[in-house]
Amino acid sequence: MKKDKEDEEDSKQPLSLFLGCIAPNRYPGIELATKKVMERLGVAIQELEGASCCPAPGVFQSFDKKAWLTLASRNLTLSEAKGTDLLTICNGCYATLADTNQILKSEPETKAAVNENLLTIGREFKGTIKVRHIVEFLYALSPQTVREAVSRPLDLKVGVHYGCHLIKPTRERKLGSAETPTFFDELVEATGAKSIDYEDKMACCGAGGGARSAAQEMTLKLTEAKLRHMQQAGVDCIVDACPFCHLQFDQGQAEIEEHFGTVFEIPVLHYSQLLGLALGYSPKELGIHFNRTQNSAFLKKFEQGSEQLLGRDKNPKLAADET
Amino acid sequence: MKQKNKEYEKMNHCIRDISMKHPIKTSELDPTFFEEIKEEEPGTEKLLMCLNCKGCSSSCPVTGVEPAYNIKKLLRMTVLGMRDQVLNSKELWYCTTCYRCQERCPEGVETVGTILKLRSVAVKNGIMLPAHRKIAEYVMRTGHGVPINEKNRIKRKELGLGELPETVHTHPEALSEVRTLLKACEFDRLVGFKEFEGTGAKGLKTPSVT
Repeated sequence: MKKDKEDEEDSKQPLSLFLGCIAPNRYPGIELATKKVMERLGVAIQELEGASCCPAPGVFQSFDKKAWLTLASRNLTLSEAKGTDLLTICNGCYATLADTNQILKSEPETKAAVNENLLTIGREFKGTIKVRHIVEFLYALSPQTVREAVSRPLDLKVGVHYGCHLIKPTRERKLGSAETPTFFDELVEATGAKSIDYEDKMACCGAGGGARSAAQEMTLKLTEAKLRHMQQAGVDCIVDACPFCHLQFDQGQAEIEEHFGTVFEIPVLHYSQLLGLALGYSPKELGIHFNRTQNSAFLKKFEQGSEQLLGRDKNPKLAADET
Repeated sequence: MKQKNKEYEKMNHCIRDISMKHPIKTSELDPTFFEEIKEEEPGTEKLLMCLNCKGCSSSCPVTGVEPAYNIKKLLRMTVLGMRDQVLNSKELWYCTTCYRCQERCPEGVETVGTILKLRSVAVKNGIMLPAHRKIAEYVMRTGHGVPINEKNRIKRKELGLGELPETVHTHPEALSEVRTLLKACEFDRLVGFKEFEGTGAKGLKTPSVT
């Protein structure tokens, strides 16, 4: 990922926050954390009133591509009407909205067909905005900017989970290689945390494509493998960039216990929540205490007061950066 | 609950596995199947470039835990014209769309794109899982694939957020738009959703959020 002048310009413009479904309706802490961290970083965020399901790239795209494009295009027109780029906090929403935006911008016939549908509600897709994902956006803003905003560098070992649709298909996403990317790890490390490498790191969480609802037990086997690999690497928590991956890891741990009897107790954080902790917010202020999987040892780290969390002894460079 | 399971079984009845324990009879192949897929979804013609290297199936995370799922086999069956077997296979719905196979294919075959197309042909033929139909129904009823519930209303309030998000959940006119669009796409008919029947595109009632 290269940073250019255009990125710098974009970072100063206000964004419309596209919430999707799982963040506001199952993990509201992610919505709140996003609003908090973006405000602290000086990025103006507006509500995207009346937005719907993106709709889900797995089920909807599988069912009927035209309906998928039509509903997605409506969400895009809401942001177009505000004259802002659209910010997603979910890989699934990013897949649907970025793909739709790109398809409609490049295929005049498809655009005409979709606009015919949109005409029934008095809207029109114009193709005037960009679709951004919070991780990709913050990376373009630069990890250094994030680092400079951190008031409580985190002494945590993190298992980073990119999630498939953040980077793939690479031909469309243009965020570099999907085999060994580093941009998300760099953002995680900007909080002071350490991104720990683990086996088959780029593997899928299991949830996508409608598979979770089609064959839950099968998908949990994929999730269990990822959790096991992260546990073996000794992570303190998982950090993801997608509420659906988040649900699969968090709710999934309870389901894995039920199906296979394995207990992990690995806390699951969305990147906005990790950054929120590094900006000095408590787990409660970020909704982390509402996760299904709770780990008291993890939460305790944040009760001990900020001094120990600063990790000054262990990482003098970070302490220096802070001042 | 029992009733629900029964219904589920009935729905799943048509969906079979693709173990293929018997030889393929050429008389049962439908050469128009692949033609149809190719015509409707540009890009899927690249299936003909497949070298049979199995890079896709050996990259597949699902195959790692569920060996019955083999994407190369499904795609090969598609080219051969095994319409019924492909469209009715439950494995068609196992793909998590992680794109690992597509990224690694040396011939640039659009593996995932083809799976998605095959699924939509299955749905057009009335073959869909009840769990997926339910998600589609949630979107038609509420505008969200995963709508709010009581527990999360409380969580939102405790966090100091609005009890409902600023989405279709708080904007009834927006929900009407969503429903109008889905009706314009005949999505309700596709998934057998009856609530829109007899209503004009503009006259859709806005349901209350649950």
